[in-house]
Amino acid sequence: MSEYTGKEPKGVVLDHISKIYQDPKTKKDFYAVHDVSLDIRPGSFVTLLGPSGCGKTTTLRMIAGFESPDEGEIYLGGEAINALTPNKRDTAMVFQSYALFPHYNVFDNVAYGLKLRKVPKAEIRERVERILALVELSGMEQRMTNQLSGGQQQRVALARALVVEPGVLLFDEPLSNLDAKLRVQMRTEIRRIQQTLGITAIYVTHDQSEAMAISDQIILMKSGVIAQTGSPLEIYYRPNSEFVADFIGECNFLHGTVAGQEGGSTLVKLPDGTVPVSAPQPRNTGDACEIVLRPEAVKIADEGDLPCKVELSCFMGSYQNYHVRVGGELVKITDNCPINKKIFNVGDEARISFDPECAHLL
Amino acid sequence: MAAGQSASLDRKKLLADPVMVTVIVLLIAFLAVFILYPLAILLVDSIYSGDTGLTLQFFQESFKKRTFQVAITNTLKVGSLVGLLSTAIGLLFAYVEIYVKVRTKLMSGLFKVVSMLPVVSPPFVLSLSMIMLFGKAGIITRHLLGIYDNNIYGFWGITIVQTMTFFPVCYMMFRGLLKNIDPSMEEAARDMGASRFGVFRSVTLPLLLPGLGNAFLVTFIESIADFANPMLIGGSYDTLATTIYLQITGAYDKNGACAMAVVLLAITMIMFGVQKYYLERKTAATLTGKASRARMLIEDKSVTVPLTVLCSMVALFVILMYACVPFGALFRTWGRDFTLTTRWFEQVFTRYRGLKAFQDSFVLSLIAAPITALLSMIISYLVVKKKFRGKGFIELVSMLAMAVPGTVLGIGYIRGFAGGMFRSGFLQGIYGTGVILVIVFVVRSLPTGTRSGISALRQIDKSIEESAYDMGAGSLKVFTSVTLPLIKDSFLSGLVTAFVRSITAISAIILLVTPSYLLITVQINEFAEKGSYGIACAFATILIAITYGSVLLMNLIIKFFGTSRKIKEAD
Repeated sequence: MSEYTGKEPKGVVLDHISKIYQDPKTKKDFYAVHDVSLDIRPGSFVTLLGPSGCGKTTTLRMIAGFESPDEGEIYLGGEAINALTPNKRDTAMVFQSYALFPHYNVFDNVAYGLKLRKVPKAEIRERVERILALVELSGMEQRMTNQLSGGQQQRVALARALVVEPGVLLFDEPLSNLDAKLRVQMRTEIRRIQQTLGITAIYVTHDQSEAMAISDQIILMKSGVIAQTGSPLEIYYRPNSEFVADFIGECNFLHGTVAGQEGGSTLVKLPDGTVPVSAPQPRNTGDACEIVLRPEAVKIADEGDLPCKVELSCFMGSYQNYHVRVGGELVKITDNCPINKKIFNVGDEARISFDPECAHLL
Repeated sequence: MAAGQSASLDRKKLLADPVMVTVIVLLIAFLAVFILYPLAILLVDSIYSGDTGLTLQFFQESFKKRTFQVAITNTLKVGSLVGLLSTAIGLLFAYVEIYVKVRTKLMSGLFKVVSMLPVVSPPFVLSLSMIMLFGKAGIITRHLLGIYDNNIYGFWGITIVQTMTFFPVCYMMFRGLLKNIDPSMEEAARDMGASRFGVFRSVTLPLLLPGLGNAFLVTFIESIADFANPMLIGGSYDTLATTIYLQITGAYDKNGACAMAVVLLAITMIMFGVQKYYLERKTAATLTGKASRARMLIEDKSVTVPLTVLCSMVALFVILMYACVPFGALFRTWGRDFTLTTRWFEQVFTRYRGLKAFQDSFVLSLIAAPITALLSMIISYLVVKKKFRGKGFIELVSMLAMAVPGTVLGIGYIRGFAGGMFRSGFLQGIYGTGVILVIVFVVRSLPTGTRSGISALRQIDKSIEESAYDMGAGSLKVFTSVTLPLIKDSFLSGLVTAFVRSITAISAIILLVTPSYLLITVQINEFAEKGSYGIACAFATILIAITYGSVLLMNLIIKFFGTSRKIKEAD
């Protein structure tokens, strides 16, 4: 139970949810969301992440009730809610455009949901003020919304959703209209508030760093289906496909074959040598495989496991950026704190190596 | 793969909202009964009668009539020329306003007046002043030029009057379009060596082309649907609208009138179809961009002087024509005795029951206006923001009414409601009462209101309403607490437009009004026909004062209580 609101957060279950749309040009039906099943624990912060058109917003809007699923059932706090209209669902959404009411001031915007619930006036005042304090907007009650900066409008939108103490808080790319610096600040803020209130939050974004920073769990979607579900750490270091690896940050792929097992690691044979990679499950010798390697996990030096040739070398401030060719494949390397390291130039021969624990085998 | 349960879930959600369902059902019923049904009855009456059964006889008879053949040619001739002239003058005005540097305050004042006058004046006032200026006893023809037998009645009379009445509509349309042309496109053409006229011919004009077609058709439809002007100034030059009117009021040939009305309706419908589903889309496709920055106005004297002079002349002519009306009411005998007198104004109230006429018109319009405004906002809301079966029907039918000439609608109502619906006696009670007049007012103004409502609602981010819905508001609450306040300005102007259109309406009304109701427009028409110009002008002057007053009042209200003020204030 949340200490702040005195209300139990609710879990959300999606049971084999599909949504079919018609392509306006070809008139053909297609799955915008296909057979998505999720179990979101009460009080957790879950992000739906994916490129545009992957079905993440549609999924969120089905939870809110703006769209109806074609297959499957949605449960909110154990109750099936498919046939409920948005106003009857215990959800509150923060919109991408904030969707503040331009004809109301800050106070009336935030108080809107409470008035609908016929909360007594004194209590409305008290709750609105408390929530405005939480989003650090105290004293702004009488401002019209267009007298506020983008970040402040965002906070009003958040306060308006929070004040009704919804079972689930929904976010539809809430930060995409803010500039980069504010975006970072606000996402920390949102996470802080969510943790303070202990509320369940479902957050849609296409920004992978935002998803990493804010979530307990990331659900990565592609073309209407879930590509992978996991904690930010799992998604980053243990991607289950090339798509996931590539979508979350920069990634290198080295293609080889399994050469055998050694201790807890799998040996992978590459054109220019054999390297160990830690893998949870042993693989059959001779199978084709792919090493997933993050740029920051690769070390470049005169000594190492694999020979390479430098094709690009670029000083980026906090790191040196390399593109090197390893057995015909391009490997990107970010070498942090380059000031007291040897800098390789374009055309140089060098060697790369990596810690078996920092690589992942597909 | 077919859509699965979502349709049934959407239906369930809709049914969970009884207010919405009731509104939709009532709306569909209203549109079906008062727009579709009368038109359908016309169609039936034109091919079926109790004596003959199913037959094409009425069409054959009509087409054989010399008068009808002439009327068709006349109508199309006038419509085409009025369409062309209005488009050209409208374009000239819009071009001068958007592209040419006009220094004097007077000019911008003239432009404002010209765009405003046709809105507030009854549609046939110009015919009245045309007769008074250029007719047999016209001030200009007789007293200035000494021409004693100038015949203004007929083709040229109608054409000039309709052009002066309808070109401001084109002007407003083009103004919107020209504003959306990105100046950098024209600058690019100029930069690559095109002359100023070359730019106009190779860039501006091609971009406007669908818009030109659009404006032409809109005016064409207005022109051929116009009843009052041809009635007053047509003389023996009959158009379809007047022929149909005479067919039913003079010859009592109901089936014949229905057949003719169907012909007129078919013409306007086809034009409307082309305009709505082909040209309007094309216009939107070519001119979607917003001007990226301010346009460098043309300062070249060789361009500005002739264009300004031309516009001023047209504007002054229009203003002169309108000014004629109050003066006509103040002179003892127009064309002969120019002593000032108030006797016409007095007679309006003492002899001709003017007070009752104003009261009736005023009250009926005042009842119709809020109904129209609310109805068109509800329709716009449903069309823009909601998804449900029957939405296409609502949108189509409410827009369709735009293409129905008043005379046609009037005949449809006579045939449809005189003996009750389907001659069953149902709803017969409303025939001949104020109720049916109010309904006609509503139906006639609905398309304009709906169109402006739709464009106002499209400006509002969908998620604003969604968020209210999401916070727990039902659709009625969303509409009253969020949608309506945000389009308050549009609602208010819809209210006044509906009021003005109703109080100045005549074409359908003249067929349906009974002696128990005196309507100002019908009075003006009657006195003008009889040649009592003093009385007609006195009525018209007061009417214009009322409409102009209400527009001013609306502007004041919007200025002090409108949404935009509250929101703008903050900036």
